[in-house]
Amino acid sequence: MPELIVYGIVLGSIIALGSVGLTLIWSITDLFNCAHGDQITAGAYFALLAGSLFSQLGFLQGKVGPFSFNWGVLLGFVPAILLSAGLAILIDRWVYRPLRRWGATSIVGFIASIGVAWVLRGLIYIIWGADFHFYSTGLRPMLFLPLGIKLRTDEIFIIVVAWAAVALVYLFLKRTKMGKALRALADNPPLARVAGIDTERMIVWAWAIAGTLIAIAGVLYGIETQLRPEMGWIFLLPLFAAIILGGQGSITGALAGGLVMGIAQQVSTAWLVPSYKPAVAFIIMILVLLFRPQGIFGRRRT
Amino acid sequence: MTDLRLENVVSGYGKMEVLHGLSLEVEEGEFASVLGPNGAGKTTLLRTIFGVVKPWKGKVYFRDEDITGFPPERLARMGMCYVPQEESIFPSLTVQENLEMGAFIRDDDIRPRIEEVLELFPDLRDRKQSRAGELSGGMRQMLAIGRALMLNPRLLLLDEPSTGLAPFLVDAIFDRIQKLNEEGVTIFLVEQNARAALRHSDRAYILEGGEKKAEGSAQEIWEDEEIGRLYLGR
Amino acid sequence: MGMELAGILRFLASFAIMASIYAIFSMGLNVHWGYTGLLNYGIAGFFAVGAYASALITTPMPTGVLADYVDQAIGLNQPFLVGVLGAAIAAGLVAALVGLLTLRLREGYLAISTIGIAETIRLFFNNEPWLANGPEGLIGLPRPLHGLVAPRYYNYIYLVIVLAFLGIIYVAVERGIRSPWGRVLRAIREDEVMASADGKNVFMFKLQSLILGAMIMGIAGALYAHYSAAIQPGVFTPLFGTFIIWTMLTLGGTGNNRGAILGAFLVWALWSWSTFFISKVVPSGFQTRAPFIRYVLIGLVLVIVLLRRPRGIMGEERQVSRF
Repeated sequence: MPELIVYGIVLGSIIALGSVGLTLIWSITDLFNCAHGDQITAGAYFALLAGSLFSQLGFLQGKVGPFSFNWGVLLGFVPAILLSAGLAILIDRWVYRPLRRWGATSIVGFIASIGVAWVLRGLIYIIWGADFHFYSTGLRPMLFLPLGIKLRTDEIFIIVVAWAAVALVYLFLKRTKMGKALRALADNPPLARVAGIDTERMIVWAWAIAGTLIAIAGVLYGIETQLRPEMGWIFLLPLFAAIILGGQGSITGALAGGLVMGIAQQVSTAWLVPSYKPAVAFIIMILVLLFRPQGIFGRRRT
Repeated sequence: MTDLRLENVVSGYGKMEVLHGLSLEVEEGEFASVLGPNGAGKTTLLRTIFGVVKPWKGKVYFRDEDITGFPPERLARMGMCYVPQEESIFPSLTVQENLEMGAFIRDDDIRPRIEEVLELFPDLRDRKQSRAGELSGGMRQMLAIGRALMLNPRLLLLDEPSTGLAPFLVDAIFDRIQKLNEEGVTIFLVEQNARAALRHSDRAYILEGGEKKAEGSAQEIWEDEEIGRLYLGR
Repeated sequence: MGMELAGILRFLASFAIMASIYAIFSMGLNVHWGYTGLLNYGIAGFFAVGAYASALITTPMPTGVLADYVDQAIGLNQPFLVGVLGAAIAAGLVAALVGLLTLRLREGYLAISTIGIAETIRLFFNNEPWLANGPEGLIGLPRPLHGLVAPRYYNYIYLVIVLAFLGIIYVAVERGIRSPWGRVLRAIREDEVMASADGKNVFMFKLQSLILGAMIMGIAGALYAHYSAAIQPGVFTPLFGTFIIWTMLTLGGTGNNRGAILGAFLVWALWSWSTFFISKVVPSGFQTRAPFIRYVLIGLVLVIVLLRRPRGIMGEERQVSRF
């Protein structure tokens, strides 16, 4: 059981990266982004692309310290983040912004994001095929902790990186002018406009941040398991459950929600077959919606 | 010069026309009120001026410059600020952050201005780090106005500042607004609470059903029995 | 020459069967979304329930050697029509349960919940082998009237059967939507607040709509099961079972039964014929990836329709009330 919880924290940290980005977008643009999972997949594959480019050029081959992946993958974070943020901004410009301009309801955006998800997934299948890919082959060094917990060194890396990223986003939102403006926009969009805050520019920033977190989540998940085109879709239900649990507009809530989902899903494998994990996420989500729809930290939005 | 002038403004939402050809003006330095019952179009009027709603016909002038349909961002830069009736603060931001957001379009050091605004509303000073959503109604209203003042506006638009406030608070708020006016800020507000508005205003308009029904000095409007009976429920 | 023509006709027949089955689905979705404004993203769930219900009702319990390989909860060995009826009832029951749980939720939440429900249903069928043989599914589902002609002509018979169902359901839904009941549904879609102010029990109407639409989907599921004579959980994925139908309805025209049928035929044509063309055009090294081009195409169709012509090709029907 302790091992399940620890593993749940690892996965939960990755989910939290996705859910923070998702809830940011939700509170600012009122969009439930169904393509979030597939964008995470794309982020992972971008790093794979970078990594294989590096190895073709012959450098950055050495393994990074005690971890299982090489320097190419580590550096691959950078192009993954840039491409992922860029992709997110482009998608918004081509799909969601026109819908906003026409005053379409958020439902239309929801449906459109499903279309976007399928396009992304199809493209990934076409470019990389259906086989699994790995960032690296070979040994995955382990640590042996008390209580019989076996942890991979990679997993320490994952937790540290995930929480560092979250902390940076948190600081950005709390301390910088742009960050405060994003929070203001999430809080009260009409008033933000009245105060002269340029909504569309803020939305671009929001997608840039979400895209960054998406890329990090994708690469971390790729390090944790393997890359396959369906990998992001598995995340989607837990992501939605996490932000509903946390409440709209609450970054802290999304964080907590992500962790809870990760842990709950892992712990459930003590009694249920692992492939039921999305069902666990779904049940938690339904319970929240039925009994406390504003989530734990959310406010009732009129 | 007139700070604000409307000429035959027609405006509304979707297919519904709310303002049917409204004309009015506010002189520099004046304190002008628009009174009228619910549904008269008072909020629509302010939203149309401030560019939240685009007018269908007619023109709006700010200091003799045609600003018809200009977006809020632009008007804020030009010296016009707006305090909406509801949802007039950022509830999950602190008092300090609310004020900072008021000055979002400024790039310079705004701390002196924050101090000045807190001078006007000293009650807020103690609660600088509190979340705005936790403030009482009166403090919220003060914060809402304070936020709008961060840009040193020349013309301040206020939508029913008395909303949801106990009578003594209403007086307190209006006293502050009057003080602002005495310092040179032109005030243009809409109100249901005729007594409070007329006590402090220089000029008043009566709006009903999207049309101007009367205008005059605040004194005249207050003393006119028929207007009182027809439009102000007296 | 005669052989080629026969081949083409057979191909067209199987195309038309699947397209018609999907058309029935789309009409079911139309009842939910087009007429009542219910954002149901768990169609695959009703699809699966209908297909499995009919399968379990029409096959016998496995005996002898077969019992070693196949596990199923019930096997009633009833005729085809009983299976279809059972499918409708089963789907309707599941819809009732789903509705009680989720109908009070706002649209976006309803959508996500229904996704979750559909996935859960699929996982359930997949992970519980005692129910319907788990991931391997059920095979040997009976085909109605199959003794009547030589096997290679069977598709024409089945096509007639499916078209009959399509026709009946079309007429039924068209009648239903023009009735006073149908008008309340549409009022709910337009403005739920006003509809409830009118004293209508909005929840009950939504529930009825959910059940009715689900029953239609259940029938489609049964028709699918007996057409392919075999089903596994892997069929009822979000893509094949839900998303493709949403694209059909959106393209054809939300709120329009003829649009639902048109959209089904168009999208199914795109889906099944693009494989054919792609396999001609794409170099052999890429053949395994070629089918995924369809994902991109279907996704693009949906996004482009929403951006350019959100009402779909036929748009919403002008409802002329007869009463």
